[in-house]
Amino acid sequence: MAKTHVAMKVNGAEVEGLVEPRTLLVHFIRENLGMTGTHIGCETTHCGACTIDIDGMSVKSCTMFAVQAQGSDITTVEGMANADGSLSALQEGFRMMHGLQCGFCTPGMIVRAHRLLKENPAPSEEEIRIGISGNICRCTGYQNIVRAIQYAAAKLNGIEFKEAAE
Amino acid sequence: MIPGAFSYHRPASVADAVKLLSDLGEDARPLAGGHSLVPMMKLRLASPAHLVDLHGIAGLKGIRRDGDNLVIGAMTTQHDLLASEDVARSVPILHEAALLIADPQVRYRGTIGGNVANGDPGNDMPALMLTLGATYRLEGANGAREVQAADFYQGAYFTALEPGEILTAVSVPLPAAGHGYAYEKLKRKVGDYATAAAAVVLTLAGGKVASCAIGLTNVHETPLLAADAAKAVIGTSLDAAALKNAAAAAQAIMSPAADARGPVEYRKHVGGIMVARALQRAASRAR
Repeated sequence: MAKTHVAMKVNGAEVEGLVEPRTLLVHFIRENLGMTGTHIGCETTHCGACTIDIDGMSVKSCTMFAVQAQGSDITTVEGMANADGSLSALQEGFRMMHGLQCGFCTPGMIVRAHRLLKENPAPSEEEIRIGISGNICRCTGYQNIVRAIQYAAAKLNGIEFKEAAE
Repeated sequence: MIPGAFSYHRPASVADAVKLLSDLGEDARPLAGGHSLVPMMKLRLASPAHLVDLHGIAGLKGIRRDGDNLVIGAMTTQHDLLASEDVARSVPILHEAALLIADPQVRYRGTIGGNVANGDPGNDMPALMLTLGATYRLEGANGAREVQAADFYQGAYFTALEPGEILTAVSVPLPAAGHGYAYEKLKRKVGDYATAAAAVVLTLAGGKVASCAIGLTNVHETPLLAADAAKAVIGTSLDAAALKNAAAAAQAIMSPAADARGPVEYRKHVGGIMVARALQRAASRAR
């Protein structure tokens, strides 16, 4: 099968590559670009570990072809830190609130929560739970993930978040 | 989990897409949001030789008013539906149902056109379209035609779409002002198809049901319009007997598959409960 040239922006950098049309976007990101922060969990559009941000949308990158991302603007978990390299509010929230145990779902959780907070800067607990309902965590029971996102929302809104992690 | 090889096409107009699909024949499939087709391709349950991606056609996306109809372009995503104030205000059952489809990531990609055109009995929008009396616009090599949603579904994955045709828009008549609505969906978890689901749109006059339409999801190989169940509640105040009659009339036309969501009897049983709950909740919202 002839390969197609694709070019897109990933974490602010212009990237390009040659792919078969059937190459999934997550495989292009991990294998062609060598950015393995985006995880492959179920590969069946359920778990959300492969979530990336593309043109302002949270998308499961196992369910999109790389050729479809031509010309798009993508952010992966590698692009989540602040410009000076310090932890973003969300990353800090996951650290301070113990929002992970094994960590496998964390890239998808953080990238998804990033878009959730862009669209809804002060979500209720229920809105957070609905907002991350496409991301599966098999360790935490979600309690501390929700707190991590609440921590980040509070910090971004200039409010102190007091609740301790369990 | 790597799909079979295919050639990728990204036409910029409906005319080009229709020409491609006609020329390439049955080895080609149109690709909308891809959240039904791509998983099937990864499992090799589908292996089209050509994909015709509809994302390059600007005119297929968007929500607009056309007289007393809401016209929704086929490539409008579930997320777009949820973001639309006009949908939330004028056809709120679409907003309620879209929130119950899959999960947030899938809703950013999944489209209303794909949902109604795929012919999967598990999709939620088809029963809503039957309930609302919607019309589909189908465009092919021989021009465009309008088909009632009620005439569109022929069997699981079999629809009125002819080879080479694309569903390009859905036209929904605006329900009466003050109508009540509800979509009750029983599912095992976020992202699952319905074990059974019921859509209700009704109006009340003097505390009694003046008009009513009921649609059913995933209890038959096609979505169903439960006409007898709706008739059973007209003129009633939705007392216990009327709800029971409606549920029984709906169950009489259900023919669900026995699968991981439960045996036939269970799915019919909960299907009846979804009908009764949707009727009650719709009535509580009617003015």
